[in-house]
Amino acid sequence: MPDELKRKELVDIEYRPPKKDWMDVAPRFRHGTYIYPAKPKNLKYLDMPNPREWGPAEADWKLPDNWKEIVLNGMRERLDRYRSFKVFMDICVRCGACADKCHFFIGGGDPKNMPVLRAELIRSVYRGNFTKAGRILGRLNGARELTKDVIKEWFYYFYQCTECRRCSVFCPYGIDTAEITMMGRELLNLLGCNVNWVMEPVANCYRTGNHLGIQPHALMDMFGMMLDDIKDRVGIKIEPSFNRKGAEILFVTPSADYFAEPGIYTCMGYLLLLHELGLDYTWSTYASEGGNFGLFTSHEMIKRLNAKIYAEARRLGVKWILGGECGHMWRVIHQYMDTMNGPADFLEEPVSPITGTRFENAKSTKMVHIAEFTADLIKNDKLKLDPSRNDDLRVTFHDSCNPSRAMGILEEPRYIIKHVCNNFYEMPENTIREQTFCCAGGAGLGTDEMMEMRMRGGLPRANAVQYVHDRHGVNRLTCMCAIDRATLTTLMEYWVPEVKVTGVHELVGNALVMKGEKERVLTLRGDPIKETEGDEHV
Amino acid sequence: MAKVKLGDTEVSVDEDGFIEDPSVWNEKLAEALAATESVSSMTEEHWKVVKYLREYYLKYNIAPMIRKMCKDTQVDLKHMYELFPTGPAKGACKIAGLPKPTGCV
Repeated sequence: MPDELKRKELVDIEYRPPKKDWMDVAPRFRHGTYIYPAKPKNLKYLDMPNPREWGPAEADWKLPDNWKEIVLNGMRERLDRYRSFKVFMDICVRCGACADKCHFFIGGGDPKNMPVLRAELIRSVYRGNFTKAGRILGRLNGARELTKDVIKEWFYYFYQCTECRRCSVFCPYGIDTAEITMMGRELLNLLGCNVNWVMEPVANCYRTGNHLGIQPHALMDMFGMMLDDIKDRVGIKIEPSFNRKGAEILFVTPSADYFAEPGIYTCMGYLLLLHELGLDYTWSTYASEGGNFGLFTSHEMIKRLNAKIYAEARRLGVKWILGGECGHMWRVIHQYMDTMNGPADFLEEPVSPITGTRFENAKSTKMVHIAEFTADLIKNDKLKLDPSRNDDLRVTFHDSCNPSRAMGILEEPRYIIKHVCNNFYEMPENTIREQTFCCAGGAGLGTDEMMEMRMRGGLPRANAVQYVHDRHGVNRLTCMCAIDRATLTTLMEYWVPEVKVTGVHELVGNALVMKGEKERVLTLRGDPIKETEGDEHV
Repeated sequence: MAKVKLGDTEVSVDEDGFIEDPSVWNEKLAEALAATESVSSMTEEHWKVVKYLREYYLKYNIAPMIRKMCKDTQVDLKHMYELFPTGPAKGACKIAGLPKPTGCV
């Protein structure tokens, strides 16, 4: 816990901008506001440029001699390759609709975290080098020279953006500000200016199949632990299959779901549900990661990491893929996969073997979100549920940025939660669904050295949780993202310590009445279940 | 990569003081690392946890789940925090010479 950070000091936010013009104010690299650089071994592993020891707070960043040429050529290539990048550079009228929508600006007050100004950091260089007006008029036209200080400023602010896209919801032109940050990071990567919290997971994933670097025998040990707990608490011995050729379905979820708390309880929920259904499915020790930190690196890296899920689906000969409660995996699957590694024509259009429902929305990617899958089971009355087992919980739901804004999964999790819990309360409407506030730890920012910015950026989310906690006694924050489960836990400990964090399928696992189960006295995380009078809810 | 003197050995550590090369670890080093993590003296219980972590890491190349670590060592989470005030993931793993886990954790 960030004890050294005082809550009162953190909420004393200075919204008055500095007197000087924004181009004349340099960022101050202070502990808590930036992330440690990538270790050379990780960049070397990935064949990425300029691996070296360096520090953002030091004066010399050890850039390559031709750094300027590299960045400008990189920009030119990307302006040619991505029409969206060029359009986003040209069409912003600086109306300011996005200005107060960013959680980092709300919680931190730094004007360069207004999405409009964050984008201007790169747009000014675009104007100065790629537009006639900018070349002639210079600063009068909002153009500026590309200097080493500009690179430092990019690094500071493009790693203070979680690519959550809340600002984009409010942009009248539909500018996807996350894609501007992504371009900024791609250019920084060309110089070797990247962060270890992104590059180590990428290198691990490339080497072992998952961000944490879990090898097959370690993965089996972790599952062994969860299966033992399930046997103790539910009384059922589950024996899931791994790397099984000929299974109908491949299941893919973030590695944190089987490594870290509270994700493991969500994972136990999947295990219970899929066992109860008798689903013909398999886990994979190779496609053992839903997340894709390539999304926070470059388009090439997204493609490289995403490909392994489909390579494994092909190798095992499954019909389709079911995906767990990951966040940004779904942005990759829903918005990039199809043109990068797809269409996945070697798979079949997903059909639920239990209900016969055809998931037409997954026609091209062949990958179905488990919330859709489970909501469909409940709608077709295929599950026996006892929501009273979750009666100790007063639940609210945090829409994780990517499943909500990048995929539109808004109703399914709510539908599930309302069937597995009796006490559900929504946070205020401008903080949920498409307008949900980020956990402030996504896009590779969820590391401890970034704690001050995480607590600041998470303040709007925490504030909304505080509201339902005060008003309705909410004590459980549900979400569908592994980054959320990790970072919201820290955020709640800091701002609203009475509230714990959970995944949706943990609640499903608790409520699911299973064939041959023993009387449940403990929840999956080992809390006692309150005895209820009367008949079971069905 | 900074070099620091821990006990009588000079080792490379990362920004948070985790040793870079787990193979240079020894008990003396662990004692020196313990001092940086608010552990004033290494008791038998501390060693039980640290050695467990070490063995797990050498076998699996990763730290164990915290839950598993508590179960296997018979030290509950509350007591784990008493032993290692900076927490099992940061404090105990650092003393055992393990690298920091990264990702959605």
